[in-house]
Amino acid sequence: MSTDQSVHPAVQCEHLTHRFGDVVAIDDLNLRIERGEMFGLLGPNGAGKTTTIRVLNTLVPVQQGQVRVFGMDVMRQPMDVRCNLGYVPQQLSVDGALTGRQNVMWFARLYDVPRRQRKERVEEALVTMGLTDVAERVVSTYSGGMVRRLELAQALVNYPSLLILDEPTLGLDPMARDSVWDHVTSMRDRLGMTVLLTTHYMEEADALCNRVGLMYKGRLQATGAPDDLRAQLGPGASLEDVFRHFAGAELSGNTTEQGGLRNVRQSRTGR
Amino acid sequence: MSDSLAPAADTVFRPLLQAPRGWHRVGALAGRVWTFCLVEVQKLSHDPIELATRAVQPALWMLIFGQTFSQLRAIPTGRVPYLAFLAPGIAAQSALFISIFYGIQIIWDRDAGILSKLMVTPTPRAALIAGKAFAAGVRAISQVVVIIIIALLMGVTINLNPLNLLGVAAVTVLGAAFFSCLSMIIAGIVRVRDRLMGIGQAITMPLFFASNALYPIDVMPPWLMVISRVNPLSYQVDALRGLMVGTPTSLLVDFGVLIVTAAIGIWGAAWALRRLVR
Repeated sequence: MSTDQSVHPAVQCEHLTHRFGDVVAIDDLNLRIERGEMFGLLGPNGAGKTTTIRVLNTLVPVQQGQVRVFGMDVMRQPMDVRCNLGYVPQQLSVDGALTGRQNVMWFARLYDVPRRQRKERVEEALVTMGLTDVAERVVSTYSGGMVRRLELAQALVNYPSLLILDEPTLGLDPMARDSVWDHVTSMRDRLGMTVLLTTHYMEEADALCNRVGLMYKGRLQATGAPDDLRAQLGPGASLEDVFRHFAGAELSGNTTEQGGLRNVRQSRTGR
Repeated sequence: MSDSLAPAADTVFRPLLQAPRGWHRVGALAGRVWTFCLVEVQKLSHDPIELATRAVQPALWMLIFGQTFSQLRAIPTGRVPYLAFLAPGIAAQSALFISIFYGIQIIWDRDAGILSKLMVTPTPRAALIAGKAFAAGVRAISQVVVIIIIALLMGVTINLNPLNLLGVAAVTVLGAAFFSCLSMIIAGIVRVRDRLMGIGQAITMPLFFASNALYPIDVMPPWLMVISRVNPLSYQVDALRGLMVGTPTSLLVDFGVLIVTAAIGIWGAAWALRRLVR
């Protein structure tokens, strides 16, 4: 195995297909993410975004096709792949019975951060996420935004090369959202990370991502830089218009339709 | 705008990390199990009330059941007084109660998304389960300590030789490992917290009564004897009794059974984990 990540793209999916019974969640997906990119996977509920992420992070086995992360096959070298990942799932998921620092230290140990560096790295992650003042508090007293930042601290403590964020700003207020993104981008610049994120907020993807992939019904309908995608549709087009265009007739016009983009956003943000 | 977001041309990429290999792997796995135990201790230390409330039931068993049956002299326990006979049984019982509901925690972890995050760390499933199982052991030890203190206060002579206490800790951890794995296997099958609660409640009492925790196996009807002999709890009680109050026991057999059942439990629960996260 090569330890030089420059030779390989961060993510490479070839003909990835995944079924849950009769339901096709991912349909012949081809996806390539270059190192250092901030890539946004966009799409409505049930588009297959989360399943794609769960295949990439080795939670779900590859049924058909091939998936490589920095050139490492996720089925053959799952442990090596995991060593280089940081992952923040959709739910707010930290152990409320532990303090912030204990939560981060837990993951530092599980990621084999060398004993001599642990304390320092945990401190660094907490400082980066602006959590030093509350680090000794039990997490059940944290606000949603604080929990999210704590999760980022957990995900970054092993200096991942690929950071995977599944709806990282879901349910956060605008201030907390901005703060999460500020922290992610500054960490990315410092560590040279590749970031893969999913989001329903088109404005976020537009502002943050180098490239986006529009996913619908298990397929990538389009990929490209947000500017280029918008330019294709003419002046004044938003990323949302682009999405409607590529997702086809099912999404266009009817905003109250089940599975429609607006609909999803309303139901999600209302929570 | 997206141009400025591209990584700078001089971005330095970190070299990729590798999972530990060879002997380092063994050390890393042992470290994982240790980590889970440590986290359990941290959680316990934030919740001392939990320890206190959990101590109420075993205390009542010792005080009411123990003292009543001591007076009745209904149960033949040889040269050991009944309270001394009972104390290890209650220690095993309260360890069992903690472990048999431990699967609830893993369902909770799954529902909260913590389990997914743990499974994305370079931790093999068996190591994760072993970690959880031994963490249940840590919790169980905290109970056994309380019961030993209660027993001492009630005037029971307990062997406090450090080696014996170490043995008690080991037996408790192994027993808790098996029963917590049993709980996690059931969790993997039923997948819902409420159903696990129901099944846990349905099997704890039979496991407890069909063991030598309250009375020796010799006084049981033959059919119960058979059940009691295949019940790992009996071996746990037997070992605890030998180590705590010095009744004649075959520690080798007891440890053998407990180690094998714990290993089978971990293997089974690692299998069930796949079902749980699906």
